[in-house]
Amino acid sequence: MEIRPILSALRRHRLATLLIALEIALACAVLCNACFLIIAREQRTKLNSGVDERSLAFVKVTGFDDAAARDLNARMLSGLGSIAGVQSASAINTVPFGQNAGTVGMSLDPAMKHINAVVDIYLGGPGSFRALGVKLVAGRLPQADDYAPIENYFPKDAQIWVTRSLADHLWPGENPLGKDFYCFGPFRYRVAGVLDHLAIAMPGSRGPYSVDWSVFIPVQPGPFLTGSYLVRAAPGDIQRVMRDARAVVAKVAPDVVFDSDESGTLSDLRHTYFQNDRAMARVLIGVIVALLLVTALGIVGLASFWVQQRRKQIGIRRAIGATRGDILRYFQTENFLIVSMGIVLGVILAYALNLVLMKAYEVTHLPLGYLLASAIVLWLLGQLAVLGPALRAAAVPPVVATRSV
Amino acid sequence: MFGYYLDLAVHSLKRNKVLTGLMVLAIAMGIGASMTTLTVLHVLSGDPLPGRSGSLYTPQIDPLDLNNYAPGVEPPDQLSWIDGNYLLKAKRATRQALMTEGMVPLQPAQPSIDPFHAVALYTTADFFPMFGVPFQYGNGWGNADDDAKARVVVISAKLNDKLFGGKNSVGKELRLQEKAFRIIGVLGDWHPQPHFYQLYMGSYADDEDIFVPFFTSRDLHMEHDGSTDCWGNSGGDPNNLEHVNCTWLQFWVQLDTPQAVAAYKSFLVNYSQEQHDNGRFARSPNVRLRNVMQWLDYQQVVPSDTRLQAWLAISFLVVCLVNTVGLMLAKFMRRAGELSVRRALGASQRALFGQLLMESGIVGCVGGVAGLLLALLGLWLVRQQPADYAKIAHMDASMLVVTFALSICASLLAGLLPAWRACRVTPALQLKAN
Repeated sequence: MEIRPILSALRRHRLATLLIALEIALACAVLCNACFLIIAREQRTKLNSGVDERSLAFVKVTGFDDAAARDLNARMLSGLGSIAGVQSASAINTVPFGQNAGTVGMSLDPAMKHINAVVDIYLGGPGSFRALGVKLVAGRLPQADDYAPIENYFPKDAQIWVTRSLADHLWPGENPLGKDFYCFGPFRYRVAGVLDHLAIAMPGSRGPYSVDWSVFIPVQPGPFLTGSYLVRAAPGDIQRVMRDARAVVAKVAPDVVFDSDESGTLSDLRHTYFQNDRAMARVLIGVIVALLLVTALGIVGLASFWVQQRRKQIGIRRAIGATRGDILRYFQTENFLIVSMGIVLGVILAYALNLVLMKAYEVTHLPLGYLLASAIVLWLLGQLAVLGPALRAAAVPPVVATRSV
Repeated sequence: MFGYYLDLAVHSLKRNKVLTGLMVLAIAMGIGASMTTLTVLHVLSGDPLPGRSGSLYTPQIDPLDLNNYAPGVEPPDQLSWIDGNYLLKAKRATRQALMTEGMVPLQPAQPSIDPFHAVALYTTADFFPMFGVPFQYGNGWGNADDDAKARVVVISAKLNDKLFGGKNSVGKELRLQEKAFRIIGVLGDWHPQPHFYQLYMGSYADDEDIFVPFFTSRDLHMEHDGSTDCWGNSGGDPNNLEHVNCTWLQFWVQLDTPQAVAAYKSFLVNYSQEQHDNGRFARSPNVRLRNVMQWLDYQQVVPSDTRLQAWLAISFLVVCLVNTVGLMLAKFMRRAGELSVRRALGASQRALFGQLLMESGIVGCVGGVAGLLLALLGLWLVRQQPADYAKIAHMDASMLVVTFALSICASLLAGLLPAWRACRVTPALQLKAN
């Protein structure tokens, strides 16, 4: 295929060529970044919470006096435990995808001069560690005498279990077992085990690095840990158990209020938690589809105009021996060249847009793969859009050359 | 002349329906997408109390210790018990109200309604006159009720509908947390969005069900929800919030003149200096005094997703415009023959330019109408979204005008370059070629 005649023809239509290339460039920039954002959202919803979500449910009640805490805990735990199919019921302050409960700034220095990390502390009563199904990667399981009394929101001195990502952040390259950290100055905690994963209650709310910065402390339920429970059952039973739980609560503790917003199976809580991300991904997909459609329509429009404008020239080429295939390929090659120009410009624009997004949102550098993928999509789109007008051009009979108008 | 151009333009647009249709579609889609997102942005960044918000301020002072301190650091968003009470009692502003939120178990007298949690705002007497809260029945409480820790309550219109079928319930009893309260007022239609005075329950949260005198709520140990930010070694015992180093209160003041604002700011500085000298504040005076709109801006209440969507839609509009420029160029250049005949017959370049722009304008008008329909559809889709702001996304008159203005401007802009190119035809050359 001769490219020189195409280029010299395009030089005579600089403005129209530039417009299509510009449109492709803009489409390329938006396409790359929108896809990148969609994938980022998608990955967020795939987050590994580290717990057996399919077998767990969280039950929260409110509206009781602190004085009645011990009694309420006993009634609730035995009531929830008696539901058919429940494997265990235990007290816990919150769960992944629940509400923020024990968010604290912690320090490696007893004087608390510098906050090393803001973490979520899970306070779990007896049985909750096993029920969560978290994976222990180092250290030991909580023993009966690890369950510390809560003094003021948190225990004063306790054995704790931290996640691997938190341990790596606090003590990079060191063995975290037996290390100390401090909250509120006098509260001292010592690491007894390391967990593979345990997401914070609202993962992503404090940035992408801290999704797993959780601490588990075994505690004795009491006034500071009342009214929120973890229920474990087989995955097939959990929805029914959750429905039954409401009736059981009404029976064993008629004066408390069942908190419907915060209670639910962990799968449901997770679904609700990521609702906005999914909605945003849908919006982005809509924008991409509309963008590709408009770009394709623009190419169809301009290509049709060119074909009509060049009917006579096409006729002459046909008359002096060009085949239909030659004419078809001419328009296809022309489109390929214009789209390629657009893509070159688009790559620069895409990177510029990515830099702007990086300033305002939590996104990373745009990987090259996205540029390549959107280049391929745009090449295909261009070829598809130009096919109709090009076929019409190929159908121009040689006799047109002999007509005057 | 205008009528003649209009006639010509309509005639010409009709001649090539596909190309015209494509242009209208491109403009409509661009306008539809941008207006949907811009309307959401407009609604979300709206003024919650038009006419009043300019004179409402929220003071911030800095009682924190020196950990993590750097000059210029923002003071905490909320006030501690000691500071909030001091500012309230000082009465240095025209009006002032201290407030925080919580959930209160409500035991309805009607056996048909189960007990539930009411969203409560615990506040002081000036809240109602300061924010211009309208009342359907009765009115708010006075300073005497605050001092006496009176068991009175103001309820929302929605709760009044739910419990009393919308009838005048003033004087009736309401049981909150097992205690009897007397209803003294029922709110009228009042839904400030964003929920500026209490952002911790969500920036576009539903309104409160009940309003309880602040000191009464502390007296009865009503639950406090929202953030409690503590420093030092005191911990944050929820039953002892009066004595701990925590900020957990919101405070708003009404300051009507710039002099009053300046005076209040220096009052805050003096207070901080005094507390610093006494050794209670470790940091040197660090105060802010923001009005409603500045506060909303500082708190970044508009979700970042919404901004992102608006930028996406605007870049989509730009793509649509470039597309329209290309299509118009095709359309106008195709008529080079016709245009050169008109030039040869004596039409000036300006006349041709005007006529071509008229065509672009018509495309803009039609595109605007179609875009408006698309935007209405888009807003309906937004309202189906789960976000808490979704339900308030509605088109208003100003955005309607903006839609058409944007659409016509966009299409005229898109027409400029092609029209200018088409007018520059050299009649003789073109006529000879044909």
